[in-house]
Amino acid sequence: MNRAVSRQIPAASRSFATATQIPGAANLNGNVYAGRHTVTLIPGDGVGMEMAGSVKAIFKAAHVPVEFETFDLSSYNPATDANKLKEAMDSIKRNKVALKGILHTPVNRLGHISLNVGMRKELDIYASLSLIRNMDGKWATRQQNVDIAMIRENTEGEYSGLEHTPVPGVVESLKVVTREKTERIARFAFDFALKNGRKKVTCIHKANIMKLGDGLFLKVCRDIAKEYESSGIKFEDMIVDNASMQLVSRPSQFDVIVCGNLYGNILSNIGAALIGGPGIVPGANIGKNYAVFEPGCRHVGKAIQGSNTANPTALLLSSIHMLRSLELDDHASRISNALHKVLAEGRVLTPDLEGKSSTTDFTLEVIANL
Amino acid sequence: MIPGDGIGPEISRSVKQIFEADKVPIVWEDVNVTPVLKNGKTAIPDEALHSINRNKVALKGPLETPIGKGHVSLNLTLRRTFDLFANVRPCKSIIGYKTPFDNVDTVLIRENTEGEYSGIEHTVVDGVVQSIKLITEEASRRVSEYAFEYARSIGRKNVTIVHKANIQKQADGLFLATAMDVAKNYPDITVQDALLDRVCLQIVQDPTDFSDTVMVMPNLYGDILSDLGAGLIGGLGLTPSGNIGRKASIFESVHGTAPDIAGKDLANPTALLLSSVMMLRHMKLEDHADRIQKAVLKTIADGQHRTGDLGGKATNTAFTQAVIRNL
Repeated sequence: MNRAVSRQIPAASRSFATATQIPGAANLNGNVYAGRHTVTLIPGDGVGMEMAGSVKAIFKAAHVPVEFETFDLSSYNPATDANKLKEAMDSIKRNKVALKGILHTPVNRLGHISLNVGMRKELDIYASLSLIRNMDGKWATRQQNVDIAMIRENTEGEYSGLEHTPVPGVVESLKVVTREKTERIARFAFDFALKNGRKKVTCIHKANIMKLGDGLFLKVCRDIAKEYESSGIKFEDMIVDNASMQLVSRPSQFDVIVCGNLYGNILSNIGAALIGGPGIVPGANIGKNYAVFEPGCRHVGKAIQGSNTANPTALLLSSIHMLRSLELDDHASRISNALHKVLAEGRVLTPDLEGKSSTTDFTLEVIANL
Repeated sequence: MIPGDGIGPEISRSVKQIFEADKVPIVWEDVNVTPVLKNGKTAIPDEALHSINRNKVALKGPLETPIGKGHVSLNLTLRRTFDLFANVRPCKSIIGYKTPFDNVDTVLIRENTEGEYSGIEHTVVDGVVQSIKLITEEASRRVSEYAFEYARSIGRKNVTIVHKANIQKQADGLFLATAMDVAKNYPDITVQDALLDRVCLQIVQDPTDFSDTVMVMPNLYGDILSDLGAGLIGGLGLTPSGNIGRKASIFESVHGTAPDIAGKDLANPTALLLSSVMMLRHMKLEDHADRIQKAVLKTIADGQHRTGDLGGKATNTAFTQAVIRNL
């Protein structure tokens, strides 16, 4: 069982109210008419609708000049949604910026491929950023002093989707690592570190076993690190199994982490569990031309769908980052301050943070604090 | 007995002393597995090979990875030589060594021969590398069967198949389908599957969720999750490991050789001791296993004879003597 830990605010306190600078997210020249930005919204499956509803309500109350083009894509009905998917993608390409929940991916091998992965590849939003931090609040957490920016390559690696069965009972699944994509994710990681005053980038890999694949990833990261040496950003590397162990026992040692697709998945889940769960981890997927903001620890939440108990914080925090990228800093700060106040006060919290309030109650409380 | 390098000889000596004190009916054959180059390929010295093949059970300390050309990972060589297809990794909280996670009691079985560790990689064109993850029905079946048998033997009524078949539909899909098929032969054991991400999240949020199940999974996930489990209970110095093969089984400590404390009588033999307990159970010497396990855990819980890594000041010898007294 979790045990309660007394809250300590780190000395160099970097609260969410201070804007996190996301490389490349601000120069998107999206769809703006008369000061109102048009943004694509894909609520997603599971608790997506409820969380999106919460964000919309808060945006309205805060008079945020954002129009949502909403697409109710659902992975549970892919056949009927084939056209909707295309519409949604075209919308994102027009608007350049999107807010998204998580779409379910069926395990059935005859089922379609992950829509989330498909979207990321088509839009080439190659950098996935998840911010895992202890926040001001009374819920019990396993570890303190956690402040990790997890940067994960989003378009290749183990999620290439390239598999084949040469003979029945034998399957080959290809993990692809390229210099080009590794270079750009490494640069993103170091640029992020530079822009946000972070001190260290750790590359996670298994190059002792996958000598060519992860070997290439590691080498490219090392090469890019040299270009940033003069800025004082340290570079180190760690093998993924050791990293998992270190993450649960001494997470304060990590600052910025850069890694491939699968390891990023694993580590962001471990990290989320340390600080209070996926309900409060924001994320962003950034590419050259588009930015899609979604919760950083990607779970559909099917089990609690429709129960009005989901924590909208992850999506809300992601939307705050989105507002900053749209240069709507005032609105972003207002909502951020209200949100953090409610979380810190602890009176109105959803069950995942040991509270008894509903999604609606939480949303109303944030609005009341605007 | 493969004492190994670094602190290996000291901790193996502790095991031998404790076994002798408990009058365990085992005679040790010490062998050295430092690889030799035979016909240009890395190979285990013949003497070691014959010994392990003959005795079928081995206990191994930490090995130094030889640096240099031509040397494949030693663990990989052992695995291949003896066809060690399943790696068993229990993780149990040690009373007396507090971590932020209480009451951890997980058991994980990792497929040990294929998956992401097949070593099949190539450079397609400059700057583009493909690593091949291999999943076969045969290996998946073998490890799943072992998982169900093992669950039965330790009285756990549930097996959890951990995978990412939503993304790797054919590869993990095959593993999952095969494991589910094997489940049909074990009607007394319930089976479920879980996505890897969910397991990583849940096991850190509440490890007690996994106290009644045996997890089974492909190679890489098993590697990562087993070290994650070790992290929950306090590190590799407290974690046992067993490698089960058709031709032989090798039980080992999975920590390093600790060259900085080697030869100074400071090493903690707990990991190797707990692995030796797993070995005794494998050999159906349950009474001895129970006694030695209880003695080790009691010694740590009592607190007066803890080694440096557990925050104490005792030497290896003092710890070993305390365990013997507690038998």
